[in-house]
Order: sequence, then C-alpha cells, then structure tokens
Amino acid sequence: MEWANQLCENRQFGSKMTDSKYFTTTKKGEIFELKAELNSDKKEKKKEAVKKVIASMTVGKDVSALFPDVVNCMQTDNLELKKLVYLYLMNYAKSQPDMAIMAVNTFVKDCEDANPLIRALAVRTMGCIRVDKITEYLCEPLRKCLKDEDPYVRKTAAVCVAKLHDINAQLVEDQGFLDTLKDLISDSNPMVVANAVAALSEIAESHPNSNLLDLNPQSINKLLTALNECTEWGQIFILDCLANYTPRDDRESQSICERVTPRLSHANSAVVLSAVKVLMKFMEMLPKDLDYYSTLLKKLAPPLVTLLSAEPELQYVALRNINLIVQKRPEILKHEMKVFFVKYNDPIYVKLEKLDIMIRLASQANIAQVLAELKEYATEVDVDFVRKAVRAIGRCAIKVEQSAERCVSTLLDLIQTKVNYVVQEAIVVIKDIFRKYPNKYESVIATLCENLDSLDEPEARAAMIWIVGEYAERIDNADELLESFLEGFHDESTQVQLQLLTAIVKLFLKKPTETQELVQQVLSLATQDSDNPDLRDRGYIYWRLLSTDPVAAKEVVLAEKPLISEETDLIEPTLLEELICHIGTLASVYHKPPSAFVEGSRGVMHKRLPARTGSGESTESPDVGTAAGGSAPEAAPSIIPSQGDLLGDLLNLDMAPPTTSGPPPPTTGMQMGGMDLLGGGLDSLLGGDIGGSPAMGAGFGAAPAVMPASLNAPVGGGLGDLFDLGGVGMPMGAYIPPKIVWLPAMKAKGLEISGTFARRAGVIQMELILTNKAMSVMTDFAIQFNRNSFGLAPAGPLQVLTPLGPNQTIEVSLPLSTVGPVMKMDPLNNLQVAVKNNIDVFYFSCQYPISMLFVEDGKMERQVFLATWKDIPNDNESQFQIKDCHLNSDAASSKLQGSNIFTIAKRTVEGQDMLYMSIKLSNGIWVLAELRVQAGNSNYTISLKCRAPEVSQCVFQCYEAVLKN
Amino acid sequence: MINSLFLINPSGEIFLEKHWKSVVSRSVCDYFLEAKEKALEPEDVPPVIHTPHHYLISIYRDKLFFLSVIQTEVPPLFVIEFLHRVAEMIQDYFGECSETVVKDHMVMVYELLEEMLDNGFPLATESNVLKEMIRPPTILRSVVNTLTGTSNVGDTLLTGQLSTIPWRRAGVRYTNNEAYFDVVEEIDAILDQSGTTVFAEIQGVVEACVKLSGMPDLTLSFMNPRLLDDVSFHPCVRYKLWESERVLSFIPPDGNFTLMTYHVNAQNLVAIPVYVKQSISFFECGSDGRLDVTVGPKQTMGKTVEGVMVTVHLPKTILSINLTATQGSYTYDNGTKLLVWDIGKLNPQKLPNLRGSLSLQAGAPKPEENPSLNIDLKIQQLAISGLKVNRLDMFGEKYKPFKGVKYITKAGKFQVRT
Repeated sequence: MEWANQLCENRQFGSKMTDSKYFTTTKKGEIFELKAELNSDKKEKKKEAVKKVIASMTVGKDVSALFPDVVNCMQTDNLELKKLVYLYLMNYAKSQPDMAIMAVNTFVKDCEDANPLIRALAVRTMGCIRVDKITEYLCEPLRKCLKDEDPYVRKTAAVCVAKLHDINAQLVEDQGFLDTLKDLISDSNPMVVANAVAALSEIAESHPNSNLLDLNPQSINKLLTALNECTEWGQIFILDCLANYTPRDDRESQSICERVTPRLSHANSAVVLSAVKVLMKFMEMLPKDLDYYSTLLKKLAPPLVTLLSAEPELQYVALRNINLIVQKRPEILKHEMKVFFVKYNDPIYVKLEKLDIMIRLASQANIAQVLAELKEYATEVDVDFVRKAVRAIGRCAIKVEQSAERCVSTLLDLIQTKVNYVVQEAIVVIKDIFRKYPNKYESVIATLCENLDSLDEPEARAAMIWIVGEYAERIDNADELLESFLEGFHDESTQVQLQLLTAIVKLFLKKPTETQELVQQVLSLATQDSDNPDLRDRGYIYWRLLSTDPVAAKEVVLAEKPLISEETDLIEPTLLEELICHIGTLASVYHKPPSAFVEGSRGVMHKRLPARTGSGESTESPDVGTAAGGSAPEAAPSIIPSQGDLLGDLLNLDMAPPTTSGPPPPTTGMQMGGMDLLGGGLDSLLGGDIGGSPAMGAGFGAAPAVMPASLNAPVGGGLGDLFDLGGVGMPMGAYIPPKIVWLPAMKAKGLEISGTFARRAGVIQMELILTNKAMSVMTDFAIQFNRNSFGLAPAGPLQVLTPLGPNQTIEVSLPLSTVGPVMKMDPLNNLQVAVKNNIDVFYFSCQYPISMLFVEDGKMERQVFLATWKDIPNDNESQFQIKDCHLNSDAASSKLQGSNIFTIAKRTVEGQDMLYMSIKLSNGIWVLAELRVQAGNSNYTISLKCRAPEVSQCVFQCYEAVLKN
Repeated sequence: MINSLFLINPSGEIFLEKHWKSVVSRSVCDYFLEAKEKALEPEDVPPVIHTPHHYLISIYRDKLFFLSVIQTEVPPLFVIEFLHRVAEMIQDYFGECSETVVKDHMVMVYELLEEMLDNGFPLATESNVLKEMIRPPTILRSVVNTLTGTSNVGDTLLTGQLSTIPWRRAGVRYTNNEAYFDVVEEIDAILDQSGTTVFAEIQGVVEACVKLSGMPDLTLSFMNPRLLDDVSFHPCVRYKLWESERVLSFIPPDGNFTLMTYHVNAQNLVAIPVYVKQSISFFECGSDGRLDVTVGPKQTMGKTVEGVMVTVHLPKTILSINLTATQGSYTYDNGTKLLVWDIGKLNPQKLPNLRGSLSLQAGAPKPEENPSLNIDLKIQQLAISGLKVNRLDMFGEKYKPFKGVKYITKAGKFQVRT
C-alpha cells in the first residue's frame, strides 16, 4: 500500500520527487551529512547522495571536499551511479590530482569491460581528466580502443585523441596516435570517419603547418562517401574539411559540387551553410559558360532564403554570410529582395543586417519597392534602426542615380516629421547626396536651414555647416547662420570646429566684403585660443593662404571635389575572397580574417579561392595568377585618398566617407594662380614630408584627383616625376642562380643531383643535372614535390629517357606549374623533393628564388599602385638595406625588369632616386616596393609592402640576388 | 568546439553550468550580462559576443538564455543549432523548457548534456537515441526506481546508434501499426496600410508520428510537389529519389519526427486568408486618438478561419484605452502597452470589429511611430499552398498500417502595417 500512497502524494506534489529537493540544504553541516550518506551501505542512499553532490556542483557550489568519498562509489555495476561518479571526477580531478590517481585502476579495468558502452565511457572520461599522471595511464587503453571492434568505441576514442592532444600534444605525437587517427579516415563506419575528421581538424587548428589532413582524390572520395551516411554534425566537419581541398581541375571540382549539392536540403542550417561554402569555393573553378555552373547558381538561392525563416540567431549568422555572398556573387539573390524586408518584431541585430543587404541588392529594377520599405522603417520605434534606415535612403540615392530625386523627396518628407534624430540623420545623408550630384538638389537647402536649431549631434552639425559653407552664395543669411555657431566655438567637437573654420573661409572667399570680421574671428579662435593642433594648423594654413594670395586660396579652397563613390562599405576584394573561404565561421560573422582575431591560430595560412584551371592540360598555368589576382586592380581605383591626405584636408574632404573616388576633374578648368604660394610659403612645410616618407609621397600622388599634375613648383615637380616613367631600359633576361648541389652522391647511393630554377617565357623550370657516381646503371627516374607554399608541382614527368650509366651525366629541364597543393613552408621558398630511381627513393630540400614566381603581367597601373600602397597597413611594410651595389637607378630598374620586377614610376628628390615598383606572384599576391638609390652611395634602401608580409623577406633576397649579379 | 554551457534566467542569474573541456569561470558571462543590460528587449541581445579570450554564442528561447563558450574557430551556426537542440531536448523530456523544470531535473539534465557532447563534439542528439540512453522521467518510473533500485540509465549499447540508419532502432514492435502525417503551413506576410501584400511566403512542415513495427520502408507522394521552392529533409529521406521522381522515400525513425520542411515563396501562390481594415489615428491637437479594426475572411477556400487574434504594441505615450469589441474580448497591459484582441472564429456574416478611443499622457506629443498589427489565425483541414498528399505506400513489412494525413494552416509572422 505504501507505494500507492506515495504515488498519490506525488500526483499532488509533483515537484516533491524531483531534484529540487537537493537544493534545500545549504547549511554548514551539509558536507558532513553528504559524507555520511556517501559512505552508507545502502546502494540507494549512496546514489541519492551522489546525485545531491552533482546537483550542488551544477549550480557552482564547491563540493570538492567530498572527493575521496565519491571516488569510493566508483566501483559499481550500476551504470547510472558510475556515470554520476565520472561526472564528478571530470569536474574535480584537476584540483585533486593525487586523489584522482585512486580512480586509475577502475578506469583501466573498465576499458577492458565486455560492454562496449562501458569501454567507451571509461576512455572518454579518462580523456576529460586533465591530470598528467592519469594521462600516462590513458595511452595503452586508448591505443586499444582506437582499434576496438565496436565502432561506437572507435568513434569515442577518435575524439579522445583530440582531448589528449589538448593536454599533451607531444605525447600524442610520440605515441603515434595521429597516424592511427589518420587511418580512421578510411574506417568502414561513417560515424568514425566523421569523428576522426573532426578530431584532426581540431588538432590541425593548433598546428597550422602540420600535414594532418592530407587531402588527395582518394581521401576526398572517402569523405564524400561518409558525408552521405554520417550524422548531421559529422557532415559539418566533413564539409568544412572538404572546403580546404583544392581540386585538380574543373572536372573534379564539378563532381565534388554534384555530390555536395544534396546537403543544401538538410534540415540542419549549419550543414547547409557549410555546403554553401564548399560550393561557393569550388564554383570558382568552373567555366562560366558551363550549363552546370548556372544550374548551381540557381540551386544556391532557395536554401539561403530558407535560412531566413529559422530562429533569429540562425538568421543573424546567415545574414552576415549572405552579406558576403551578395558582394561576391550578386546574381544569386538578385530576385530575392523581398525576403530581406524587415518585420517589426525582428530583433534589432537581424533588422540592421537585413537593411544592409537590401542596400546591396538595390538596383534600378527594385528601387521603388526598397524606398517604400525604407520610408516605412523610418517611422519605427527603434532609434538605431530608424537612423540606419534614413542613412540607407541616402545610400540608395548615391547608388542608383535614377532614384536620387525620389530619395531626396523622401528625405524631405522625413525632415518634415521634425523627429529630432531623423532630421539629423537626413541632413548627414543629404550632404553626401550633394557631393554625388552637385548643383542638382540645392533647392532643398532652405528646408534644411529651418532645422538648424534642432541639430545637437556633431556629425549633423558638421554636415549642415558644410552645406552652408559650400553653398554660401545661395544662402542669403549664410553669415548669420555661421556666426550663430561661432558663439559656442570652444564647446563644439573638433569635427564641427574644423568644419566651421573651413566653411567661414569659404564664405569669406565668396563674399569677401561682408564677412571679413567673421573670418578674422574664426581664425583667431582657431589659432590662438585652441589647443587642438589640427585645428590650429589648419587655421594657420588658411591664414597664410589668405594673406599671401587670396586668388590661390580661392583656387585651393573652392576647388572642385572628387565625386564620392557608389558603394561605400564594400569589403576589399582580397579580404572578400578570403572570407568566402571562411563562410559559416566566426570570421564570416565578424567580416575579418581569422588571423585577425582567433586566439592560438598563429600563422594561419590565408585561404584563397582557387583559380580556374583547365582539365588535363596545364598550358593555362601562366594565366592562373591573372585569374586569381585579376579582381584586385579592378576594384582598387575606388580606394583613393584617405583621411591623412593633406591636400584633401585643405579642401575639407575629411568629412567624406572614407572611400571616395571618381575620375580626376578636367585639368583645363583649373587655372592655378597660386603656384608661387605653394612653392614659396608652404614648401618648407611640405618639402620635408615629400622627401621623407614614401607614404606621404604616395599621398600626394593621389592628389590628381583634386589637383592637376602639371604643377611645376617643387611640390609639382615631385608629383610630375612620380608619373613620369623615366627611361626604363631594355629588359634583360631573368636572373638565374648558379646550380648548386642539392643531393650529394653520398646520401643517395651514388646519385648526385644539382640544379637551379629558371623562368623562361613565363614557364618556371627546374633545371637539374643528374650524375651517376655509382657502379650500376640507373633507370626509372621520377620526381615528386611535397606540398609547398606556392603550389609548385611538376607539370610533366621527369624526362630521363635513356638509362644513366656509371659516371654519366644528364641535364634535364622540368617545367613546373603552380597549381599543386599548397602548404606554408618555413622558410617560405623551401621545396621538398623526392626523386625515385630503380635503386631507391631519395629526399632533399632546396630553396627556389621567389623571383621564379614573378609573373609577366606584374605591372600595376600607377593609380592602382598609389591606392594600394596607401591601402596596405603600415604594419605590413618592411625595410631592408642592400649593401655594395654600384648600379645607377636606371640600370637597376632594367635589370629588375628582366626578372619581372616592374618599375612604375621614378622620382628624384634631393639627389636621391626613388623607384616605385610592383611585382605579382603566381598566386596573385602583389608586392609593392620603393627602392631608394642615392648617387654616390652604394647602399640601397628598399621598402616592401604587401598584404602577405611573409613574402617580404624572400622578395628582398631576390632583389639582392638580381642586383648583384 | 563547445567548451561550456551556461543557462541564465531573464534576471541574469546563472542556474546551470556544464563544461566539456577545462572549466571556464562563470565570470565570463559578465560580458554577456553587460550586453543584456544594454539591449532593450531580451530578444535583442546579439547572438555572438567577442570577449578577450572567448566567444560567447547565445540563444534566447522560452524566456531563458542558453549561452555557450567557445575558444577556437567553430562554425557559429553549429553552436546555435546545438543550443536549440538542448532546448528541444529539455522540452521533449520534461514537457516544457523552463527554469523550474531544469532545476527540478538538474541531475538528469546534466547527464543528458554529458551524453549530447563529448569534448565539445556532438555525440548523441537524436531524441530516439537519447531516450534509450537515459529514460525520460515519468512519475510511475521514479516510484518504481525508488522501490526496486533500478536506474534511469540504459546499459545496453544501442543497436540503432551505429547501424546504417542511425535514426531507427531495431526490433520495434507495435500491436497497432499507425502512421500519421500533419502538414502544417505558416503564412509569413507583411501587408501594407491599404491591404496590399508587401511580402508573403509559406513555411511548411510535415510532422510525422510513425509507430510501425520492424523496418518499414515508406514512400509518400504529393499531388503537386512542384509547388515547393525549397525543401529540407530529415536525414532518412532519400534525396536522389526526390530529385528524380519527387517522392519522399524513407525508413522512418520510430515515433515523432519532422519529415520535411518546405518553403513556398512565389508570391502569387500565397493566398492571404483574411483582410484587416484598420485605422489608428491621433488628433493633431489634444491628447486623443482613435482605433478601429475590422477583420474579415478573404481567400479561405471555403474553410472557417479560427483562433483569430490581433496583437498591437501601442505607442509608449498611451495613458489608457477605451475600446469595445463586437466579438471576442480584448486585454490590455498598460505596463507593456500590449493590446491583445482574441476574436475566435470568423463569421463572414457578421465581421468582428474593435473600436474606441485612445488617450495619451497629458502633454505627450503625437506619437511618431505607426504600430503594426500582428495577426494570429488557424484554418483546419487546409494547406493554404494547395499542397496535397497523394498516397503513402509501405514496403518491407507485411502488415497493413493505419494511415492518416491532417492539414492545418496557421499565421506565422503575419503583420499588417498602419
């Protein structure tokens, strides 16, 4: 009867039988009580006690004092109790290492248990105990479990290797577990394969240079087979692993794509996104005219759209990735605008991302729809979202010219609402619209001026002041308006102060008679009463300009401004390519390369999209670099002057969006009256900079956007020279290092190999001399390379047709391609080679001069060069000295050109020649160089800038080798 | 992989922590709590947060935050999917997902979490498999356990776990063999002020409850499968056959599962079952406004629309409201400014209407924002996309199963702008 009563009681007090009862005691005596219970003879009481202990543990209470008592409960046949004790052990073993040893015996015994569940549980738990003494005992059981007959045990053991590696990497390597793990990739059970891949990927992440996941067509095939059969999580690991593979040709690429496509219909969104990554990457290799290519493009859209109907957190990650995909391949989602429409109860982070993608997809075809939506959003509740929506209207106006008028009228409607933050945002974007379409929408200025008083944010105030200054001649009371700001000059933010200074100077230049007093007031405020150096310097420059030559001042200050670009925040193409390879990862959420933020992933190899290669023949290989790097010069012109540009600053371009561009304005319209002014008054100020830092030089180089290059004052001279290509001499042949012995006969049973590398007519060749110093004939030669930094691989077999008799020598030339598998080497230009003959296989490594990889079309456009130079962060610049070089700059330049190092511009400052050069590597990496040659000084200085700074050292070595030979 | 999991209640209290690798101090959650403080609504906390040494990936579900800590580059979707599985697992085991339920079953939740991940790698997340390993609680079982000393943890290795069909265990036996399918469609739509569709799509799902003995091999075919724009399947569905013949061929898991989800976003195919006539206006001067909402049936294919409910977030400056409903009843929470009008069944002869006055707080300006109306509805025995199951065939077993298909249409995110 008792149990029936209890049943009734439980019905009534449902929670009484639950774990919450374990939390009732918090008194001091608790631990003692538990101790007594744990040592109880009654099995049930014991179990209850362990449960209480675990419950305390889960809420973060310290129950480590009970360690010995809990461990005593470990030897039991009751699986639940065993599991509970294991849970406890995992948590506290680290704090009680000596006690934890007590458990070792039981673990080792359990690893031999007849029940595979117990074997797996034991090995799994042991791996979680991060105590050295325990790990020692783990090796033997783990070895057995990795080869266990039961796949459940094997898959658990695979993960355990990763755990052990985390605790003691050396031990794992010494014990050969990595090899066993690699073998598991060929396991018959897909679950085991998936876990092996997962474990290897995790280990590989902490060892970027290890050759763990050696992907070749065979292993890829195994992975693709396992992909169909393993669990959803396993599929994610396998797909992420596949994404690291570079297919040999478009046929392989297509066949992988075909086998991955079904994953797009998986219910798990992580599987879908990983599949999208593989497809986006491998698609790059498919010819665009292939039917399959367009089929694939069509297949990508629906799953991406479906991701947006999932939970908001999933949507967010999906949207961040779609943002990348839309930039890389806008055609995929161009008809799907509506799915990005915002619902009022979307979380704010989803709303903002959707808005961003809407702008990216906006085109003439859908702009009406987009604008109607944006207007709707501008009346929402959420302030951040409303602001972004207003900005988005401005971006639409700038992006789709046909819509500009409609956008402006929408913005005006919004200004009429008088909602403070809406008005301020609208004014900021209208300023950009004025910049993009000058002299078109100025009729709205009056409306803007009405709202002057309500502006309290610096950005909006600065924008309004800019508008007033820029159109001072059309605003009757411009002086009054600006004067009203002047009253609280020192309370304004720097942005507003600078803008006010410039605007008043502009006003003065336009209406000199009425505003003399005003300009004097602002100049004195800026120069005498301010302790902000930027403001003071700008004040002084204006002052000097105005007092020396007002005509020149007018030309400079009121010069035409470059137009602003259409898309303001596009991700730079090389970064975009890298991010596409990281779809679905944290990198894709942050839009930063993993190297920028993932801890512990030192020296991550930058991933790149594969270049297109024809199947079978490798004749296309010289073009490969073009395909991969081709996108960079295309997009680069949109990245012109940055904030640091002094001339730009004078023209008050500092408010412009960071990336501005446009064709240089016609020079004919600009009569520079103030030549002397810049030459005389300011050259002392500017001259030093020009000679000094290359960055400044390049900065001035960008100035044609704002200033004609025909200035012939000292400043102009520098600029002019920069664009004068000088006399580049006739190109000479590429530098070929002398042959050296790579493999001495002693080490290779009589075979001696010496050789060098050469680049002839765009083909990289390995030139070898094989000498037989043995007594017997050698035949059956073959050669193979290990993976290397630039994907060098033999493009054909080693042509040794006749047997090599004793004391015979043969010269062979082996063409190389750059489409082989890539792995970063140290040093970067290290190449590991295996040569086989009828006797044995021999290994040696050699270093190739990186100049072999400099491609023939490595000459950058000057504009692109300037922009790229500025765009590469200064951290990536490295400087080297070349000693004892007695060439003049022209000779050096022509010599370098022979090795595909192209001089783009030359400039002479104070007897020092500066050569600006560009180099393109076969994998599309650009290296920019500045070589300084001082007449009469045999030491050259070279500065190298490259997005992949690792190559700088090698490139420098090439310079040295080329120039000295 | 996933290092740790923290469960956090809306007031920011951590009530469960689980670590699969070395222990991460719970102070790491401070970064999250800071972000939570900043967010206006709990839904607005960003799902991925970067701290100096960790990444915090969180979901907000059933009024709880599931926060995971990771240290290396891990696909965030993988983590988010997993967190949702944890929430589903709790729901599945204990009938609801709430702080109380988790606290009541703390040890079992902890054991389950241990079973779901190993070293941060998913181990067993299929409900079928988990339930074999750790049996869900029932009152009767806990009583029996207490009396007999047997435990909740299974001690036989599951055959299903590593068979070629990991989702189904062998040796299933039923006296009544039955297979039921529910086709559930949700309409996501945005209608503008004039009632024009701005955007509409249908999210469909086929939920299955299959209790069949042995190893049945099922084939489900639709009358009009080409309707579907995008489909995602349970791993059991043979994708190749779908590609070539547009039929669903599968060996089902035992019990309840989601067979497929689909998506119809061709706008002309999406019928909008109701129309809403509304006006929410505020007078330029004075502190009053009016609200007038009428709901009526539109394209219902002759079925009755039930469970109609209108939800409005009124502007913050509203002081009080005074409304009359011709059908159903309304509730208004002055704290959250949430107005909920529960209408029930739509009667085409007598359209329900809610109207009355809104009064603003004294001196408050005319509200800027236009509140959107959220509509809830249900239509039995109709899949609004027109999708129809043609037939279900069973191979591999000899018995005759009971078969059934049910259709239902609901409103998903169905919004009307004002």
